[in-house]
Amino acid sequence: MKNKLFSYNYVDTPVHRLSGLTKLVCFLFLTFAVMFSYDIRVILLVMVFSLVILKISRIKFSQIRLMIIYVSIFLVTNAVITFFFSPEEGVKIYGTRHVMVNLFSRYILTQEQLFYQTTKLFKYASVIPLGIIFLLTTNPSEFASALNGVGVHYKAAYAVALTLRYFPDIQREYHNISLSQQARGLDMSRKARFSKRAKNALLIIIPLVFSTLDRIELISDAMDLRGFGKYKTRTWYNKRKFTREDITALIVSIMIFTGTILVSVFINHGRFYNPFL
Amino acid sequence: MKDYFKVTTKTIVATGLGAALFMLLFMYVKVPSPIPETSLQTAYGLGAFFAALFGPIAGALIAFIGHALSDAVQYGSPWWSWVIASGVCGAIYGLAYKRTGVKEGNFKGKDILVFNVIQVIGNVVAWVIVAPVLDILIYKEPVNLVFTQGVVAAGMNAVTVAIIGTLLLVAYAATRTKKGSLDKEA
Amino acid sequence: MAEESIIEFQNFSFQYFSQAQPTLHNINFSVKKGEKILIAGPSGSGKSTLGHCLNGLIPFSYKGEMTGSLKISGQETGDLDIFQLSKIIGTVLQDPDGQFVGLTVNEDIAFALENDNIPVAEMRERVSQAALLVDMQDFPISSPYELSGGQKQRTSLAGVMIDDVDILLFDEPLANLDPATGKTAIEIIDDIHRTSGKTVIIIEHRLEDVLHRNVDRIIVINEGRIVADMDADSLLSSQILRQHGIREPLYVTALKYAGVSVSPELLPGHIDTLKIETVSRPLQSWHDSVKPVLQEENQETLLELKGLNFSYDGIDRIIKDVSFKIARGELIAIIGKNGAGKSTLSRLICGFEKEDEGKIFYLGENIRNLTIKERAERIGVVMQNPNQMISKPMIFDEIALGLRLRNVEEVEIVRRVEKVLKVCGLSPFRKWPISALSFGQKKRVTIASILVLDPEVIILDEPTAGQDFRHYSDIMEFVVEINRLGVAIILITHDMHLMLEYTTRAVVLSEGEKIADTRPSEILTNQKVIKKANLKETSLYQLSQNAGIADGTAFVQNFIDHERMVRSR
Ligand SMILES: Nc1ncnc2c1ncn2[C@@H]1O[C@H](COP(=O)(O)OP(=O)(O)OP(=O)(O)O)[C@@H](O)[C@H]1O
Ligand SMILES: Nc1ncnc2c1ncn2[C@@H]1O[C@H](COP(=O)(O)OP(=O)(O)OP(=O)(O)O)[C@@H](O)[C@H]1O
Ligand SMILES: [Mg+2]
Ligand SMILES: [Mg+2]
Repeated sequence: MKNKLFSYNYVDTPVHRLSGLTKLVCFLFLTFAVMFSYDIRVILLVMVFSLVILKISRIKFSQIRLMIIYVSIFLVTNAVITFFFSPEEGVKIYGTRHVMVNLFSRYILTQEQLFYQTTKLFKYASVIPLGIIFLLTTNPSEFASALNGVGVHYKAAYAVALTLRYFPDIQREYHNISLSQQARGLDMSRKARFSKRAKNALLIIIPLVFSTLDRIELISDAMDLRGFGKYKTRTWYNKRKFTREDITALIVSIMIFTGTILVSVFINHGRFYNPFL
Repeated sequence: MKDYFKVTTKTIVATGLGAALFMLLFMYVKVPSPIPETSLQTAYGLGAFFAALFGPIAGALIAFIGHALSDAVQYGSPWWSWVIASGVCGAIYGLAYKRTGVKEGNFKGKDILVFNVIQVIGNVVAWVIVAPVLDILIYKEPVNLVFTQGVVAAGMNAVTVAIIGTLLLVAYAATRTKKGSLDKEA
Repeated sequence: MAEESIIEFQNFSFQYFSQAQPTLHNINFSVKKGEKILIAGPSGSGKSTLGHCLNGLIPFSYKGEMTGSLKISGQETGDLDIFQLSKIIGTVLQDPDGQFVGLTVNEDIAFALENDNIPVAEMRERVSQAALLVDMQDFPISSPYELSGGQKQRTSLAGVMIDDVDILLFDEPLANLDPATGKTAIEIIDDIHRTSGKTVIIIEHRLEDVLHRNVDRIIVINEGRIVADMDADSLLSSQILRQHGIREPLYVTALKYAGVSVSPELLPGHIDTLKIETVSRPLQSWHDSVKPVLQEENQETLLELKGLNFSYDGIDRIIKDVSFKIARGELIAIIGKNGAGKSTLSRLICGFEKEDEGKIFYLGENIRNLTIKERAERIGVVMQNPNQMISKPMIFDEIALGLRLRNVEEVEIVRRVEKVLKVCGLSPFRKWPISALSFGQKKRVTIASILVLDPEVIILDEPTAGQDFRHYSDIMEFVVEINRLGVAIILITHDMHLMLEYTTRAVVLSEGEKIADTRPSEILTNQKVIKKANLKETSLYQLSQNAGIADGTAFVQNFIDHERMVRSR
């Protein structure tokens, strides 16, 4: 069974060497850049940039294959239903209408719609490599300190650390409860009827939830005893010092972010790039 | 009202572990619903349960962290509009905190009603208002599409919470021991 | 040693909010600065509760009614909050799951320092020192699920010792440790006590192991009252331990078998201080008088493991080419150091994991393709960690679950559950929620829930961890009873007493390999095996050597035979 939540493995690349805080800040800047902009040129530029970084950080395809499949399914579904629900959305946004083909009844494909949907698709897709880089190259132990570093209260940041710490335990407990229920005679095979399976799921969820509640008592006792929450701040064992590489990375991502804003304000005069004018 | 938003170590631990449970259910324990191609997200039932026990802050963070991390694991990056909506939803569920007698072992008629009214409001606000608006702002999704999606999601989540959340709270209330009730039997 | 009291209980009582009776009654005792105290007592007697009163979890986390006075460093604890107390007293909790909150070993050790805003550089320095102290320096970035129970416990030790507190409180620090690690833990605690002058309080059932190093006083608690407060020499000479169901050291039992009347003048508190000249003659003549019992012929093979290999991650082999047999009605032990793969082996046998290579036969039939449920009809397993097995909030329902899932009739269920409840000493609690039980009580619930299913082979993973001697004896008597009916039993244990006393054979694992498979008395006198598997030479052997009895192994075997005879009478 998979024990770790994210398949983080240390590989000696420039990306892995960056501190978690740097990576989180860069991730946020770049994500906000592509979320803000509806200019396909900007989006593609960021996407190419992040694919290069992906290459540099030597992430293997096998690590991300499943994610790519999920995302593709999502994108295709989204594209289909968007067209189905609102075939004239592009026309509404760009204010012109260039008909390409008449598909059936009211579904007429326009250049505007195609352009709008393509832009949206890349907008969605472009955040994926960014997220993947952040997740797979950041040591989970640095997560909490990085969150704290960008201004999240340390208690909330520690809640995230606890999630990462106890997810494998809870996952294993789920597995164990399910095994020990099976050993005592619970039928978990796929053959069971739907309603039965729903009921069986509850038979495992309920003990899982209750044992988690017990565990919450225990862990909060242990943390209280070791002085958690005593002061307004706390330090982090795994916080790394900033290096010159960190500064460079931060400057680059800030530049990309500001660049996006500038393009919107001065060139596009709005969030959209309109090639039809 | 003041300790409504009080954060103790227990709140933090409940948030961390609650989010881990939320993730587990969010990713692996979907009960197929009678409507084809959809499933009931048991995770929201769990989120509402924790929110009712530990308050709005825990509720909001559990759903937010849980949803963000599961998205990250599955898709590589969180889908912020829906993650934020989840957080809002969890926060509103948390308004049921201290409004029912579940901690004292009473969770009957009126308490069940209060809890469910609150959770339905939470689902409506999160999925019919917050999520669609964010989708439109960020991604310029078609208006009719996002609102249709929102209504379906709100309905399904409300049903899930009504079943799983209520069942969990009832079971929890049953384990609460009353003052001086434990005595050894001969 | 300064004379001032650091801890002072005066007419102190405590009653949990949900309990009808007080859990602690009228406690009076004081601890002087720099003293080392052992608190012993049966399971559920209130030892952990007493600990919680000291470290502030009561009333910070557990509500209830407190009367009387408890002063720490001269201050009434009612006036201190848990953070102020945590600066004075450091606690290692009983349950290893909860104590380990960090993502990795070093982070967990650093936890208290992080909360104190210690700068990173200083923190790293102190963490590596603490890790070295408990011999965990080789696993700085290991996650908790990559560690064995014992390794987790060592980490917890380091995490508490790192803070500069005046009092160290250990709630059953040995419960999951292998004998050698347990011995080391006691030595570490003792060294810290001597070099730092800290006050140390140890709550523990394993008296003999704690007494490996000197303690100043032993306090015995029973049903929430203090029944003894004296030094080890006097306590071991009295009847108090036996009366309250606490196990005395084996060498003391041997002295009693040999007809020696144990008195404080003999200095029996420690095997090395014991006046051996006075007792060696009676020991020798007793040794000569015991008639060895012949080993019974083994019956047909029930379960056979052949060349098992297994790894969790496909890289590290956790089980390496292990083969052994167990016959119908046998009672054997699997022992070995923390992380040797004992629990893993049990998971393979009951089908929770699938072996990579090798075969498992049940009555000559390969069971590779049997489902967990089918295997469970023949082989029952009680897991090491009770929290992983308990699935119902109420005790009765938990034990009845397996029967209910098998559609046994409700009348029959009630009859069988009641019987098991009684055997496991749980009848008084039958209507309680599991959340109100002590750790030892929870463990008994899990044993009960498997016993009630009547399997043909039972694997008990650490059945007696955290149990007091009376319940230990009760459970083991029950195990022996079902064993006599032909049920084969495999005990996975770190308790060498248990192995010596009850099993006829033991399989020793070391790093996943089988390194011995023979009689317990031979294992515990074989230096090579002892060293390799982190075991500890039994005090009986040392006693025989001190007394000048040449064949130590025979002496140990004689003790076992005599013990069995006494028991079966
Ligand atoms: N939170 C609680 N609420 C109510 N009763 C409790 C609680 N914790 C413990 N008790 C009860 O108090 C009694 C003493 O429990 P305690 O945990 O102090 O025992 P112990 O001596 O440490 O036992 P063990 O050796 O098994 O750990 C038990 O009967 C237990 O059921
Ligand atoms: N689910 C798992 N995934 C990966 N490794 C594991 C898993 N469970 C145990 N291990 C590893 O397998 C080895 C053997 O563990 P196991 O729990 O079988 O030891 P043990 O002999 O029972 O130890 P202890 O006496 O401390 O309980 C350890 O090194 C442990 O880290
Ligand atoms: Mg205890
Ligand atoms: Mg084990």
